Amino acid sequence: MIREKVRVKTFKINGVDVTGQSNQTILEVARDNGIEIPTLCHLEGLSCVGSCRMCIVEIKGSREPTPACTAKIKEGIEVTTNSSKIEATRKMILSMMFSERTHTCSTCVANGDCELQNKSVELELQHSQVPYLNKRFEIDASHKNFVNDPNRCILCTRCIRVCDEIEGAHALDLAGRGLSTRIIHDMDEPWADSQSCTSCGKCVYVCPTGALYEKDVSEEEVIKKRGIILELVKNRGKY
Amino acid sequence: MITSLNELKELADKKKCTDDNSRQELRVCMGSSCMSLGSAELGKSLQDELQSRELNDRYKIKSVGCSGLCANGTLVSHCNGNESTLYEKITTSDAKDLVDSIQNGGLLKDKMCDIAQPFFAKQTKIVLENAGMIDPDEIEDYIAHGGYIALFKALDEMTPKEVIEEVKISALRGRGGGGYPAGIKWESVSKVISEQKYIICNGDEGDPGAFMDRAVMESDPHRVLEGMAIAGYACGANKGYIYVRAEYPLAVEKLSRAIKQATKLGILGENIAHSNFSFSIEIRLGAGAFVCGEATALIASVEGNRGNPRQKPPHLTDYGLWGKPTVLNNVETLANIAPIIKNGGAWYKNIGTQNSSGTKVFALTGHIKNTGLVEVPMGTTLRELIYEIGGGIPDGKRFKAIQSGGPSGGCIPEELLDLHVDYESLKNAGSIMGSGGLIVIDDSSNMVEIARFFMDFCRSESCGKCTPCRVGTTELTLLLDKFIKKEATKSDFELLKEMCEVLKSASLCGLGQTAPNPVLSTIKYFESEYLEGIGDD
Amino acid sequence: MSIATDDRYNTLEKSMKKLGYDKSALIETLHTAQETFGYLGIDTLKFIAKRLRLPYSKVYGVATFYNYFRLKPKGKHNVVVCMGTACYIKGSNKILEKIEQKYGIKVGETTPDSVLSLLSARCFGSCSLAPVVVYDDVPKGKVTIEDSLCDIEEMIK
Repeated sequence: MIREKVRVKTFKINGVDVTGQSNQTILEVARDNGIEIPTLCHLEGLSCVGSCRMCIVEIKGSREPTPACTAKIKEGIEVTTNSSKIEATRKMILSMMFSERTHTCSTCVANGDCELQNKSVELELQHSQVPYLNKRFEIDASHKNFVNDPNRCILCTRCIRVCDEIEGAHALDLAGRGLSTRIIHDMDEPWADSQSCTSCGKCVYVCPTGALYEKDVSEEEVIKKRGIILELVKNRGKY
Repeated sequence: MITSLNELKELADKKKCTDDNSRQELRVCMGSSCMSLGSAELGKSLQDELQSRELNDRYKIKSVGCSGLCANGTLVSHCNGNESTLYEKITTSDAKDLVDSIQNGGLLKDKMCDIAQPFFAKQTKIVLENAGMIDPDEIEDYIAHGGYIALFKALDEMTPKEVIEEVKISALRGRGGGGYPAGIKWESVSKVISEQKYIICNGDEGDPGAFMDRAVMESDPHRVLEGMAIAGYACGANKGYIYVRAEYPLAVEKLSRAIKQATKLGILGENIAHSNFSFSIEIRLGAGAFVCGEATALIASVEGNRGNPRQKPPHLTDYGLWGKPTVLNNVETLANIAPIIKNGGAWYKNIGTQNSSGTKVFALTGHIKNTGLVEVPMGTTLRELIYEIGGGIPDGKRFKAIQSGGPSGGCIPEELLDLHVDYESLKNAGSIMGSGGLIVIDDSSNMVEIARFFMDFCRSESCGKCTPCRVGTTELTLLLDKFIKKEATKSDFELLKEMCEVLKSASLCGLGQTAPNPVLSTIKYFESEYLEGIGDD
Repeated sequence: MSIATDDRYNTLEKSMKKLGYDKSALIETLHTAQETFGYLGIDTLKFIAKRLRLPYSKVYGVATFYNYFRLKPKGKHNVVVCMGTACYIKGSNKILEKIEQKYGIKVGETTPDSVLSLLSARCFGSCSLAPVVVYDDVPKGKVTIEDSLCDIEEMIK
């Protein structure tokens, strides 16, 4: 592969001139400039999958919105992050996340430290705009330290990515498809029986909701060390 | 081994000569459709008849691919030199009568199929020119019908740039659905500097109600290989993959055999025709996932992964299979390549409409008399397709709508029947060309149910990666159920439209983005049927 | 039977070897395994994962993504009803319903006596013969509800 030279690009976000390097994404440059774009599946230090669709933005001239986390910046583009259409679409998508499984904050260990919950506050979503589906899954509490409650999972796949990309174990993956997609350990075996899991706990740290959590920890004690991954990656000189 | 255009032509002449001077042929369709009507047994019965009458030196049974009129299978054509007679609805019980009549130089009158009828007369065959004529299991037969001349001509007489130029002049557009100009795609890959590039043929014909590509792969597999090799030469790729649905075992069998034969003759392999160009082809099997028709999901599947699509850009032309520049063309697109190189791009451009050149193969199904495969010039009207070629609506029913483009397409009502079919006209009518499935719907069908059928299809085929498609297709299916049960409210109708917009704009790949089309197009033309589903508030 | 003495594992091993133990040929290997064993059991999947040096979770993830793969053994006989558009508008959903009713199983299930598995397909591409039903890998076109029930009885007799 012939690597392109990194160049400085100037473009507009919400009418403001910003500059960034050509290998940066719209999301990175926006954050460098203090412009907040909501994200959920994205986590600094891990690869980007662009699957939650929270970070969609409009680029002038293109027909459909694009996720800011995967879109590389280009000279002269005009990005809008907060049009009323984009905000309405984000609300609908967030509604879908809430309706899909069972997100009852009052009984959740991550209450107060949940990115999904925070997003609903940020986007001022009072209640889901779409009917609840409440698809149910079995909880896996077999591991001595951790619990996997798929009912609170939003399929952001951070746990899969951190296990594969950082820990190098690839103990987790997705099984099934569509609405039945689930996070599994090995051959869909109880977590305790997983031969690949190193019990390092990184998956638990990066989970944005209460789907993966530590046992015997109360709501007040829950601390999700989401920033730890970026530190790890920096220490390895990859960033 | 064939190492030059002359040798190829010699082989063609030799084969033609032996065929002409030898036996008359009974061509029996061995396409999937006729096979399920028992054409394999029929072939055997005919063979037994010939055997018992010691006629094997005068007649031979030839297994051929699809002749198109699947509704009247099994089709058998009797060829004596240039004369041929087509018989329809032939079963094993007709074997004796058929052999009787041809042995006496007569005709089996009540089984004759009129080839002057519009179904045949109105077609222009380019992609399907060999289908029903040649034996797909014999490379010599393909060569005798002008096969591989285009590849050798390209290698002998043309630079890769000239090949691309010819395809650009032809204005051939991708037949998989998107309609992106093939020549421009090739050009972008040819311009990328990379040691490794790939050509992938998309044979994952996933749209329910579409079977054009299956017919091409089963009836004329070498045409696909030739198109891929020419693409490889033009773009600087030396490796090709054909991704075929596992539901098409016959196509896989024919393609595998074709690859072996072509490799044996040196038409595929190292330094083809003493040139610097090497090209090999491998088959990769799908495993039942509609989303794998989407370019990035298909790549993921070829690489042996779950068929989850990824966000574009980067486009395949820059970052495709294993991160290398890749041309992905569908079967029908590649099947057009050899004729274009042989006859010139200008010849092809002359067929069809201003914006959409050439022909298109359609699969006519549903409530229509002549179900089957037809190839017509772009710009043919829907009325011609349905009432002339298709023979109209059976059982005294009335036409209601025609669905094109599968789960990504839409329904077109009666008032638009004079529409000249091409990429733009269908898009303007709220549908898409898609891969070419045309499903005729009569007035006994409820359009909300049709829309629900497609939404449910997308629901079960959604890969689950992005939220709008994963959750939205389920929500929409449930919402449509309320309309069917006449329990919907006015606000449900608003929510239905709103969610459709969200899926369209925010889904990650084409599956989710186009999933609302059947709903939106039926709302556009048949809104009253939705309003009937709204109960008293 | 242990892996060492089971000939079927030998067949599978040979097929992987032929493909150079290529990780990207996982789907091909799963096809071979399903043809050989009739379904993809956990032991088979683990065997493949080890030979191709792929993570367990990944192999399981791929096997469960594609509709074509079965993780449970199917019945002695199987009937597949096509649910493609052409078949649907010619009433294949009604055929499916009737079969479900008669044998008390849903699509994807097998009768408790392991005699009959009922499946649906998204399209065989034999749309001109709609509706299409496939009995033990033999497709039949222009099927009516009565036909299909008779044909199944005939098949499982």
